[in-house]
Amino acid sequence: MAEAHPVGFQWVMEAKARGAKIIHVDPRFTRTSAVADVHVPLRAGTDIAFLGGLIHQVLEREADFREYVVAYTNAAAILTEDFEDTEDLAGVFSGYDAETGTYDPVSWQFEGAEMAPAGGARESFDPQRRENFAEGGAEDQESAKGQSFGSGGASLPGKPVRDDTLQHPRSVYQVLKRHFSRYTPEMVEEVTGTPKEQLLEVADALIENSGRERTSAFAYAVGWTHHTVGVQYIRTAAILQTLLGNIGRPGGGILALRGHASIQGSTDIPTLFNLLPGYLPMPHAHQHQSLDDYVRADAGRTGFWGNMPTYITSMLKSWWGDAATAENDYRFDHLPRISGDHGTYRTVMDMIEQNENGAKGYFILGQNPAVGSANARLQRIGMANLEWLVVRDMQMIESATFWKDGPEIETGEMKTEDIDTEVFFLPAANHVEKDGTFTQTQRMLQWHHKAVEPPADARSELWFYYHLGNLLRERLAGSDDPRDLPLQELTWDYPVEGAHDDPSADAVLREINGTDANGGALSSYTELKGDGSTACGCWIYCGVYADEVNQSARRKPGSEQTWVAPEWGWAWPANRRILYNRASADPDGKPWSERKKYVWWDEAAKRWTGADVPDFEATKPPSYVPPDGAKGPDALSGQDPFIMQADGKAWLFSPSGLTDGPLPAHYEPAESPVANALYPEHTYSPARRPFPIAGNRGNPAQSEVYPFVFTTYRLTEHHTAGAMSRTLPYLSELQPEMFIEVSGELARMRGLEHLGWATVVSGRSAIEAKVLVTPRMRPLRMGDQVIHQIGIPWHWGPNGITKGDAANELVEIVLDPNVHIQDKVGTCDVQPGRRPRGPDLPRYVAEYRRRAGLPVDDDVPARQGGIG
Amino acid sequence: MTTAPEVGAAPRAEPYDPASASGYAHDHPPRMGFFTDTSLCIGCKACEVACKEWNDVPPDGPMTLTGESYDNTSDLGASTWRHVAFIEQVVPVKPPVSLGMPSLRPIETMPPDGVSAQGPSGSGQGVRWLMSSDVCKHCTHAACLDVCPTGALVRTEFGTVIVQDDVCNGCGYCVPACPYGVIGKRESDGKAHKCTLCYDRISDADEPQEPACAKACPTDSIQFGVLDELRERADARLAELKGRGEPNAQLYGHDPSDGVGGDQAFFLLLDDPEVYGLPPDPVVTTRDLPSMWRHAGAAALALAGAAAMTFIGRRP
Amino acid sequence: MPQGGGKRDPLDRREDMTGSSMLERSGGAGPGRKDVRADGQGRGGRKRRRGSESLMVPDAEFESYYGRPIIKAPVWQIMDIAGYLYLGGLAGSSSVVGALADATGRPTLRKGSRFVAGGAAVVSTVALVHDLGVPTRFINMLRVFKWTSPMNVGSWILAPFATLAGVAMATELPGVVLPVVKKVAGKKVAKVVEKVLPGVGSVAGAGSAFFGPALTTYTAVLIADTAVPAWHEVYPELPFVFAASGMASAGGAGMVAAPVFEAGPARRMGVLGAGAELALMERMERRVGMVAEVYHQGRSGALLKGSRVALVSGSIGALLAPRLGRWGRTVQVLSGLALTAGAALTRFGIYEGGMASAKDPKYTVVPQRERLEARKAAQAAASNGNQPPQH
Ligand SMILES: Nc1nc2c(c(=O)[nH]1)N[C@H]1C(S)=C(S)[C@@H](COP(=O)(O)OP(=O)(O)OC[C@H]3O[C@@H](n4cnc5c(=O)[nH]c(N)nc54)[C@H](O)[C@@H]3O)O[C@H]1N2
Ligand SMILES: Nc1nc2c(c(=O)[nH]1)N[C@H]1C(S)=C(S)[C@@H](COP(=O)(O)OP(=O)(O)OC[C@H]3O[C@@H](n4cnc5c(=O)[nH]c(N)nc54)[C@H](O)[C@@H]3O)O[C@H]1N2
Ligand code: SF4
Ligand code: SF4
Ligand code: SF4
Ligand code: SF4
Ligand code: SF4
Ligand SMILES: [Mo]
Repeated sequence: MAEAHPVGFQWVMEAKARGAKIIHVDPRFTRTSAVADVHVPLRAGTDIAFLGGLIHQVLEREADFREYVVAYTNAAAILTEDFEDTEDLAGVFSGYDAETGTYDPVSWQFEGAEMAPAGGARESFDPQRRENFAEGGAEDQESAKGQSFGSGGASLPGKPVRDDTLQHPRSVYQVLKRHFSRYTPEMVEEVTGTPKEQLLEVADALIENSGRERTSAFAYAVGWTHHTVGVQYIRTAAILQTLLGNIGRPGGGILALRGHASIQGSTDIPTLFNLLPGYLPMPHAHQHQSLDDYVRADAGRTGFWGNMPTYITSMLKSWWGDAATAENDYRFDHLPRISGDHGTYRTVMDMIEQNENGAKGYFILGQNPAVGSANARLQRIGMANLEWLVVRDMQMIESATFWKDGPEIETGEMKTEDIDTEVFFLPAANHVEKDGTFTQTQRMLQWHHKAVEPPADARSELWFYYHLGNLLRERLAGSDDPRDLPLQELTWDYPVEGAHDDPSADAVLREINGTDANGGALSSYTELKGDGSTACGCWIYCGVYADEVNQSARRKPGSEQTWVAPEWGWAWPANRRILYNRASADPDGKPWSERKKYVWWDEAAKRWTGADVPDFEATKPPSYVPPDGAKGPDALSGQDPFIMQADGKAWLFSPSGLTDGPLPAHYEPAESPVANALYPEHTYSPARRPFPIAGNRGNPAQSEVYPFVFTTYRLTEHHTAGAMSRTLPYLSELQPEMFIEVSGELARMRGLEHLGWATVVSGRSAIEAKVLVTPRMRPLRMGDQVIHQIGIPWHWGPNGITKGDAANELVEIVLDPNVHIQDKVGTCDVQPGRRPRGPDLPRYVAEYRRRAGLPVDDDVPARQGGIG
Repeated sequence: MTTAPEVGAAPRAEPYDPASASGYAHDHPPRMGFFTDTSLCIGCKACEVACKEWNDVPPDGPMTLTGESYDNTSDLGASTWRHVAFIEQVVPVKPPVSLGMPSLRPIETMPPDGVSAQGPSGSGQGVRWLMSSDVCKHCTHAACLDVCPTGALVRTEFGTVIVQDDVCNGCGYCVPACPYGVIGKRESDGKAHKCTLCYDRISDADEPQEPACAKACPTDSIQFGVLDELRERADARLAELKGRGEPNAQLYGHDPSDGVGGDQAFFLLLDDPEVYGLPPDPVVTTRDLPSMWRHAGAAALALAGAAAMTFIGRRP
Repeated sequence: MPQGGGKRDPLDRREDMTGSSMLERSGGAGPGRKDVRADGQGRGGRKRRRGSESLMVPDAEFESYYGRPIIKAPVWQIMDIAGYLYLGGLAGSSSVVGALADATGRPTLRKGSRFVAGGAAVVSTVALVHDLGVPTRFINMLRVFKWTSPMNVGSWILAPFATLAGVAMATELPGVVLPVVKKVAGKKVAKVVEKVLPGVGSVAGAGSAFFGPALTTYTAVLIADTAVPAWHEVYPELPFVFAASGMASAGGAGMVAAPVFEAGPARRMGVLGAGAELALMERMERRVGMVAEVYHQGRSGALLKGSRVALVSGSIGALLAPRLGRWGRTVQVLSGLALTAGAALTRFGIYEGGMASAKDPKYTVVPQRERLEARKAAQAAASNGNQPPQH
């Protein structure tokens, strides 16, 4: 965190100054470890085993926060007899289809909330059943449905049967206990290489520091998410934190440290193929013929997600204004549809295969896939098959120049004259050259003002899309082709300002916030209507323009307000700073302790009150019991804090919503030098998404040819794919050359010299780097094996002031099935000296593949550079 | 030592106020300085970059990997006014018992064949990674200023030491005079440069701002303020760290009776100064200057006398 | 690299850090740390193995930041500044010789010495200006008078000295001066000038001789008044060394310039200077201990060795010359050259020694650490009446 979020890390240092103990779990000893109280080394890609070991400790010692767990989680819910655990099925859960590598979650259900008997065979796809019941399975995996729970959980069809003593053998608590019984300290040490004493030290620290009086927080970023089981990593942490009662309480939580300045914003108002703003799912071509189909699944739901119809209708009104009416389904048909995986990696594969799904044109804005995306070589080969490519960037990035000086030109795999892609490079304005918001990790929007005009032809994204939209609309103005209607009817009327007619970002924010029937700014998403009388671009952002004021621009100093600082910026939803904060009070609504009081029920005033905006209906008393058949929020009791969940509980067991199992289980990362000691039958996640094509061969498990683990990561001094740092002298001089980090032991073993060159090779490619021998890297003793890890910063690429090989040449594209993220870990070999040049490079890599028993893939480039 | 101090070049009694001594009126602002608490440093180098940005200092890195941990700018100089040092040490995981030694030293980082190692996990060894942001000390008795022949180096009303660009003639004398190796001569313009303690920012009459490096430091490792307050804060922090089992934590440049009369930019270190590339017991070279002049005078007289003696005797 | 034979305490890994070769390989990302004894022994030695009790002797080693220098070595050009140290001494001392020769009626010696003093002063000034980053701003040196700045004081010495020595030199060149004066100011004035020229020469020569000794010895302060250990530590002796070596060089120059019969004082001066210099250097090195080792190593060591050879042989020649009859003059010239060369080598050697001591952190750290530990021990002893621990 100190490395990649140094500014946010000030709060960690402040906590430390106040006595907090900082524990850093990382394969490498980093700048974070340097100031942490404890550094826990582990083998990259084994955190589920480590966290599982902690859960095991909590459960074995019954050290969970029992009152919290019974009242606020689904620990007491009883599973149906259909559910079978990895314990029963040797490493997979019930519902697994080995042929497709997918799960059907029908068996993961609770008693009392089971699915109605399925009408007909599973093959005859029944959207109704799927939507009404359990999300999951192949179809959802394809469309990465798991991602759509960014602001709430999946639905539940009824109220589960409970055993509040938690003794029932099929209660979630007991299932959990059995599931994690394997994760003993010894086993954890064997899998992760973390000495068991350290595991126990961490367990002690966490247990001691959780409960009524104390809370512990987890902070994570892509060391956890970038794995074929990335989502399950977070699930494991969530289970642990929930058991310890650390969710919804001050000083608790699992904090996702986001990436680019507004990457949270770009999932809230997404740049993802499967989501609409506010985590509304993108309609599916087959499942959602009408708005009714679309909302039916959620309309009947319990919890706040039950109001989903008001969110989508308001969004449609925001997009198509007066043209959207009840009669025409509010122009629901104007929305595009998805029919499967249209994610970036799938798209690149299609481009390489040049099949009918392959994109013809590509917009690259604020991204540099030729360096930053997994298997960079395939990215470039894919782009070489495009007809046109638009790159908007501040720098001449590798993704815009690959056709003339990319690595494949050097190796002879591609020839400039053979590449037909027409590349348009458009200079972009950066964040200080335009107004707008950043949404950070706390879901907080903060306004930034334009400080200087962008230079020369550089323009903001807003400018680009607004004027591009105008041009398109002008051209289509006379068209009567129905497919042009969505563009013709689009509300596209923003006030412009400045010499270049920049659309007003403030006006856009207000549109996102939403307006009522009279055109006044709405102040909360609870005001949204499903009758077309309100418009709102993104329901979770509703309130950011409350009282006609840009709330995100507030900058009242902390010293002039309460410690929660509600008047700094604006956080969704409804300016709440801690989600699910009803859980900071006990079931009766009293703070768990004086020390940790945050939000509580004021009996005299008959309302919830406290330091933050209560994440609960303000006047719903703790004693409220929902009447039978209640829908939406009314269906949740006064003791159900997790209001976006259908049952108001935190889910220790996840009956739906995940495509790779209701509970986390350790599987080896993308590639591994060892077997899976926990589930020997399944080295890898059975549900992961590989792309075993030429150019993307996964190294065999336990391969002696690729015996080392590598992991990729960031340096404080550089930024992502490098365009924003490798082009700047002040930053480049701080880390002037691409390097890898190895331990002294590995250096000796392979004859690597400090500051000498080394070549790292995987099944995909080979890269070279300078060697930094450091005691911060250390071999891991796992049982009787010793595993060596190589650290590879991934910022370098061929352009800029400091140039170097890109780590992503090495990385295989193999994805998490829930969210389609790649893995940052793999296996490799390392040898002293520089890598071969020119055509010798692919030969060298192919020779490794041959020795490893992989398809050699001579990688004969096709006409346009695609792999033949 | 044989170079016993004679009468000091500057008064040694405290409270000595360098600004007053340089002729500023009594109502000059208080002494302003830095307390750099290296125990809070995360090595982000924001200070280095912020300094260069604000002061328009040219990039000067050699653009080759030094291999000296994450430090690639190596030292302070004409074009590096803040410099972050990185020190990797292999240490026993559990702090060893004190043997009553003056200082508990960590185990050596480098084994025989020149590659560092700490053994596999569970070996009982761990790493310690020290980071420290170094800067001009703005010495109470500043050698650079004393020796500058042109008066380009001056004391400000805040007690800080700055170079006046338009006076410096690039004689380079200040460079070897500085006991910390701070100030350097820039090749491109032939003049000496160093940290100004952001004189332009702190002296802004309308809107004084803290120095750019301190402003950028996320963890408050760099603390800017009134020297006396900083010294108090540092004492408290040292006591706290000692209490937490940092046996070798020490204040550096904090003592007004040290060889430079105390630094206006001082530090809390977690190991001995030399580990960070700082001199353990710096002395302002001009402390001995009166004695030097006396010796030179005597030598000159001796020369004259001896020469005269050689002429005694028969004329040709 | 050395592989430790025999057993060693696994915790005492630093024992394997030997000598500078380690650092040059710069293995690992650890801080440079070297085994070095305060007395200078052991550095560069392959290996020093001490028992684990050696952990009790922290000052017997030193730590540094990757072996990087702590202070900055001067950025001066060696020819400019070491040359200046030599020429300043030569000029300053020669001016004294010139004045004394004038007073004692030794015209050849006077003339030669005035040429040397004047010429060296001019070249010195050029060297000094040349070394500036902004040469056009040389005049800023004279903007202020600052006794804390030896360079400033030096400028105030050099300026009048160079003027006076220049004038004295000019008076030795009537053939050049008078025609110019005639052209510029007319015959009459030239006549007057011709008359007063010797008098002016004597006054200017005496004036320059007034500044000369200061010019000779202030340069010792110039370099001692830095943080450079091998210069600063020797500040008490250095002016005397410079005085002696100035005498040797001026004597040598006189020996070159004057006939044997006139050069008695020059020979005496050369021999006296050389002897004094050798003795003072010896004493200086002995006193400062470890830091002095730079004067025996590398370039400095070689230069100073050459200096000793030159000074000794020059002295012997100087002593023999008057007794060699026909060969006397030749031997005297050669000996004079040897003496002044010896003096030059001394200055260059001291310059290089200083540079070496600045570039190796050892010379900054070890003495300072010793001083610090001694002070701490004394304080501890004073506060609890205990014996200070043995170091
Ligand atoms: N300076 C700087 N800051 C940045 C960025 C940048 O490029 N430079 N990028 C921004 C972006 S886009 C993002 S997403 C964030 C990412 O922020 P981080 O996630 O903090 O960044 P990384 O360095 O990729 O990974 C963090 C750590 O994960 C460790 N790691 C690798 N594999 C594993 C594993 O299997 N388990 C565990 N426990 N740890 C592992 C790595 O050693 C590394 O230290 O940073 C943002 N901030
Ligand atoms: N091996 C490995 N690969 C990784 C990761 C890893 O940890 N390991 N991390 C992954 C992660 S978390 C991320 S986020 C990606 C990042 O990878 P990319 O997004 O591909 O790389 P960036 O360099 O961040 O690209 C951002 C580009 O946007 C430009 N830019 C900046 N501001 C603006 C703007 O306002 N407008 C426009 N149009 N352009 C702008 C920058 O100049 C830069 O070129 O990489 C991923 N790749
Ligand atoms: S780059 Fe910006 S977002 Fe990232 S840590 Fe620094 S200040 Fe925060
Ligand atoms: S540290 Fe050096 S440069 Fe800074 S004031 Fe002191 S002597 Fe001058
Ligand atoms: S280089 Fe400039 S600042 Fe330094 S001593 Fe010379 S004149 Fe003064
Ligand atoms: S005070 Fe100013 S000049 Fe000095 S280091 Fe900090 S930013 Fe640079
Ligand atoms: S900005 Fe602060 S934390 Fe960062 S390197 Fe500088 S002193 Fe350390
Ligand atoms: Mo990211």
